[in-house]
Amino acid sequence: MEFLINLILLLFLSAVTVAIIGVRNLFAVVVLGGAYSFLMATLLIAMDAVDVGMTEAAVGAGVSTVLLLSALHLTKTDESPARHSNVLPIALSVLTGLILVYGTWDLPRYGDSENPMNTYVGAEYLERSIPETTVPNVVTSVLASYRGYDTLGETVVIFTAGIGVLMLLKGRRRREDEDGEEGRRS
Amino acid sequence: MEGLNELAFVLGGVNHWITVFLIMAGLYIIVSRSNMIKKLVGLSIFQTSVYLLYVSPGKIIGGTAPIIIEGAEDQLYSNPLPHVLILTAIVVGVATLALGLALVVRVNEAYGSIEEDEVYSVGDWN
Repeated sequence: MEFLINLILLLFLSAVTVAIIGVRNLFAVVVLGGAYSFLMATLLIAMDAVDVGMTEAAVGAGVSTVLLLSALHLTKTDESPARHSNVLPIALSVLTGLILVYGTWDLPRYGDSENPMNTYVGAEYLERSIPETTVPNVVTSVLASYRGYDTLGETVVIFTAGIGVLMLLKGRRRREDEDGEEGRRS
Repeated sequence: MEGLNELAFVLGGVNHWITVFLIMAGLYIIVSRSNMIKKLVGLSIFQTSVYLLYVSPGKIIGGTAPIIIEGAEDQLYSNPLPHVLILTAIVVGVATLALGLALVVRVNEAYGSIEEDEVYSVGDWN
C-alpha cells in the first residue's frame, strides 16, 4: 500500500514536470510549479517526513510561488520559442540520467529498515532524544539542539540572500526616480 | 520469499529512478531554455527532486513519523536525520530562488528582455 501511494504520487509529479517543460506561458509554469510543490509535500508526508512536508508546503508552494509571481509582474509572462536545437540538452540529460540510474544500484532501497543509514546514526538519535533533550519530536531536537550551529548557518544564508535582494532592488528604485526627474525636465 | 525480495528491490528502485527522471527534467529545463524565469523554475525542480533522494531511503515500511510516542516501546520510526538535512536545503533553495529572481528583474531593466539569446545580442560582450 505504501509503495502504491508513493508510486502514484511520483507519477503525478512526473506528469506535472513534463507539463512544465512543454508550457510556454510563464504564468502557467508558475502555477504548475505550485502544484508540483504541493505534490512533493504530500509525497514527503507519505514518507513520514512530516516536518519537511509542512515546510515544503509553506515555503515551496507558498513563498516561492509568491516570489515567482512578483518577478513575473516586473518582467514578462511569455517565453519566446526556442532558437537552438534540443538535441544536445536531451543527450546531456539522458546520459547524466543513465549514470545516476547506474549509481542507484548501490543506494539503500526505499522502505528498508536494515540499511546502514537507518541502523547507525539515525537509530542513535531516536534513542537519545528523550533522555538528553526531553523533546519528543526528534527532528526538532536534532535541528535545534544537536545541529544548532547548522541551523544558525542556515539563518545566515537567508540573511545574506535578503541583503542581496534588497541591494539589487534598491538600486532599481533609485534609477526609476532619476528617470522620472529627467522625464519631467525634458 | 525470494520472489518477494526481488519485487521489493524493483519497487524500491522505482522510487529512485523516478527521482532521477525528475532531476534530469530539471537539468534539461536549465540547459535548453533561454528564458531566465523558466531556468529558475527548472533549478527549483532540480533542488526539490534531490529531497526525494535523501528522504526515501530513510523511510521504513511500517514505521511512522519520528515523533516519540510515550508507552509504545516497539514502535518503528523513520530516520529523522535526512529530514533535518532537507529542512536546511529547502530554506537555502528559496534563498537562491529569491536572489536569482532579483537578478532577473535587474537584467530585464538593463536589457529589456529576460531571454538569454536576446540579452547576448543586445549587450556589448567583448
